[in-house]
Amino acid sequence: MQNEDQLLEEVTNSEYKYGFYTEMDSDQAPKGLNEDIIRFISAKKKEPEWLLEYRLNALRIWQTMEEPNWAHLGYPKPDFQDLHYYSAPKPKKQLDSLDEVDPELLETFKKLGISIEEQERLTGVAVDVVVDSVSVATSFKKKLGELGIIFCSFSEAVQEHPELVRKYLGTVVPTTDNFYATLNSAVFTDGSFCYIPKGTKCPMELSTYFRINEANTGQFERTLVVADEGSYVSYLEGCTAPMRDENQLHAAVVELVALDNAEIKYSTIQNWYPGSKEGKGGIYNFVTKRGLCMENSKISWTQVETGSAVTWKYPGCILKGNNSIGEFYSVAVTSNHQQADTGSKMIHLGKNTKSTIISKGISAGQAQNSYRGLVKINKGATNARNFTQCDSLLMGNNCGAHTFPYIEVGNQSSKVEHEATTSKIGEDQIFYCKQRGMDETTAINLIVNGYCKEVLNQLPMEFAVEAQKLLEISLEGSVG
Amino acid sequence: MEVMNETVKMSTKDTFLSNFNLLDFSFDEDFSKDIRSAAKNTIEGLEFPTSKVEYWKYTRINKIIKRDYSISAPENKVEIDLSVPSKNCIVLINGFYSEELSFFESEVGVTFSSLSEAKKNSSVLKEKFNSLVKKDEIFAQINSAYHQDGAFMHVEKNVQAEEPYYILNFVDDSNILSNPRNFVFLEQGANVKVVLKTINTANAGSFTNMVSELFIEKNAHFEINKIQNEADDSFQIATEQVVQADDSTFKINTFTLNGAIVRNNLNIDSLGKNTMTYLNGLYPLKGKQHVDNHTYLLHREPNGESHELYKGILGDSSTGVFNGKVFVHREAQKTNAFQSNANIVMTDSATINSKPELEIYADDVKCSHGSTTGQLDEEALFYLRARGLSKDSARAVLVNAFASDVIEQIGVESVKEEIEQYIDDNYQGIK
Repeated sequence: MQNEDQLLEEVTNSEYKYGFYTEMDSDQAPKGLNEDIIRFISAKKKEPEWLLEYRLNALRIWQTMEEPNWAHLGYPKPDFQDLHYYSAPKPKKQLDSLDEVDPELLETFKKLGISIEEQERLTGVAVDVVVDSVSVATSFKKKLGELGIIFCSFSEAVQEHPELVRKYLGTVVPTTDNFYATLNSAVFTDGSFCYIPKGTKCPMELSTYFRINEANTGQFERTLVVADEGSYVSYLEGCTAPMRDENQLHAAVVELVALDNAEIKYSTIQNWYPGSKEGKGGIYNFVTKRGLCMENSKISWTQVETGSAVTWKYPGCILKGNNSIGEFYSVAVTSNHQQADTGSKMIHLGKNTKSTIISKGISAGQAQNSYRGLVKINKGATNARNFTQCDSLLMGNNCGAHTFPYIEVGNQSSKVEHEATTSKIGEDQIFYCKQRGMDETTAINLIVNGYCKEVLNQLPMEFAVEAQKLLEISLEGSVG
Repeated sequence: MEVMNETVKMSTKDTFLSNFNLLDFSFDEDFSKDIRSAAKNTIEGLEFPTSKVEYWKYTRINKIIKRDYSISAPENKVEIDLSVPSKNCIVLINGFYSEELSFFESEVGVTFSSLSEAKKNSSVLKEKFNSLVKKDEIFAQINSAYHQDGAFMHVEKNVQAEEPYYILNFVDDSNILSNPRNFVFLEQGANVKVVLKTINTANAGSFTNMVSELFIEKNAHFEINKIQNEADDSFQIATEQVVQADDSTFKINTFTLNGAIVRNNLNIDSLGKNTMTYLNGLYPLKGKQHVDNHTYLLHREPNGESHELYKGILGDSSTGVFNGKVFVHREAQKTNAFQSNANIVMTDSATINSKPELEIYADDVKCSHGSTTGQLDEEALFYLRARGLSKDSARAVLVNAFASDVIEQIGVESVKEEIEQYIDDNYQGIK
């Protein structure tokens, strides 16, 4: 017991490793949210009239909405009038090489262990770096351009490919969708845009790093990925944020469109500041992620969630086309006072549609971890198939693990399976490992890794390594 | 249009209740009268739930509440064939106790009587009556306020009842609201089985709003078999509030055979250590039936074990709803909780909404739940047909097999036969 307590202590005491703050001049909107702020953001970004209208419409809808409180979460509600809705690093001229990037920013990435040069050179990953809402550096653009692939910041896309943005923006997550998505539609500052033309297989993993930088700045990312007929893309998103004491709000919207025969693989590692071990501070992460699948297409979500004080996130797929496939693989780790209410929604509309949900929750300390999912098979979705597995692992006696699945089946030819288990790491398992010469920490790491393997296997190489590291950091030695 | 109708439009609730406020409950005991008036006060602060309320998300009750009911004893002498394989049977008609139809052969240590009689004599009833009913559930409160009668059972310490006790609720007129109210108290070490049946013989829109409070003391064993056989266009909302003490066993088997809308609210507070709880249900549905099973099981102390098994067969344009919640309290270490919901959907117009929930705050537990929805296995059908069974018989064999593990749970032989017979009769001719 002595040993266990010590280990638990160690874990709960380990400070957030990526907590630092980069000093940069930024260009901020005054606090508050009203039409003037929206016009300010829109003007600042030199947006066309239709986009301003889109934002204003969203604001008007948002003003009539109430913040939802059905989730299994408890937190002080943010004051939406006490936030800055726009904050950008000072505009810089278009960069030709990394030498022109703010050296402090490069330093930040080094601390995170993400060196752009190295990634460019060694891994062939194109990185579109987002710091506080505005893209600063974009690489590999030329190479992608040759294939007709558009991969750029959202604001750039608005300027250069307005027809594409206008065609797809809000088609998967409508303005009226939910409180946070509507807020995002009104105030989103930047994000990434990606378009893969017909029949093109994107030759490299596309990735973006998000950071919340300025204190008191809500971050409202908007990501839109469109895979045209017969194309393929794998998109990576990873997040870390500096340590701050006040709660920071993050309400992103990610929309994926997979046209006929296309495939999108969207992977996320989320490691935002989870708050101190007393539960002070930390990021509020209220994200709306959804994909639309047309005929024979496939969208696969993979996520490793270890950060944020409060997470509210249900990546989903609308399986509209016949024979389309939706997948969701998730590992959510909560420790200390973290709370997560996360899961997936699979809406089956087309015939012969298939979906898989694998969700692994790990809860330690005083954390609360909930799975909340919806599998809906419409009457017309004949021969639809769903398999859902959500397992929870509990470490320590002050945490909670909960499962709230909604299963709605409306026809006779579909098969839906749901299973969930909750347990702790078996003493016999640890004993077995220890007997073979492992110390307790290694044993737990081994068991947790095995427990999450199904999900980690879905991650691209670069991410899998990082994810494993994160799990180790988050859970080293915590056994109940 | 200057002269508008001055009367203010009454709310659905007020209209619903308007017929009942003149009812005379002067026959009642004082403590019970107090409970009635308290319930009436509570109802004033409540509204009928809409589907926007999570607890009622999948069941719309407009059809139930927008009708004009009366609470009244049967007008005519009721001719009912009571072939009950028991020596003890309480019969209620329209929620009223029928003295002439009920029969008893008293067993030592078992008090089995109408609720109204028990109100006069029983100190346990006086002490505990209405104590489990939830303040925020309008239907249970309506029962508390307007119930006529019900069944009362008190089993003394270590008494092992031999035969099952029957409680039969008949509804014999149309547009009747019947509020049967049951109270069961098992002392330490007692062991008894009960069959609780609702039968609608009038076949016209009535509403049975039943509430049962069940107290199971230390080391007692209680099994209740609940059979709901409403009419095609009648409704039932049945609420069971159960508390289990240390080492006790509770088993409930719910069979919903007919009814336009049937909703079961089964709430179990497992307060003791080492409790065993079995919740089983079978809902073979046809026509436009809508059946909603809500269960809530709270494990508050260590070493509890619970098994939940609900199975549905959904034909025609029926709708099944299952919402089972298991809550494991921080203190309830070594809890084993297993929950399973399986459904067969027979047609494209049938719907099943399943929501098995776990809420767990203790770490040394084994909890799992599963929910499946599918069809009869084509290969199994083919296998049977290749051996000469007709399509219908082959299906009936498979449906029987599907239902059998719930039926197996029944501890009363005659009930088991009745349900098996029902399945046989109803699943020969399905398309």
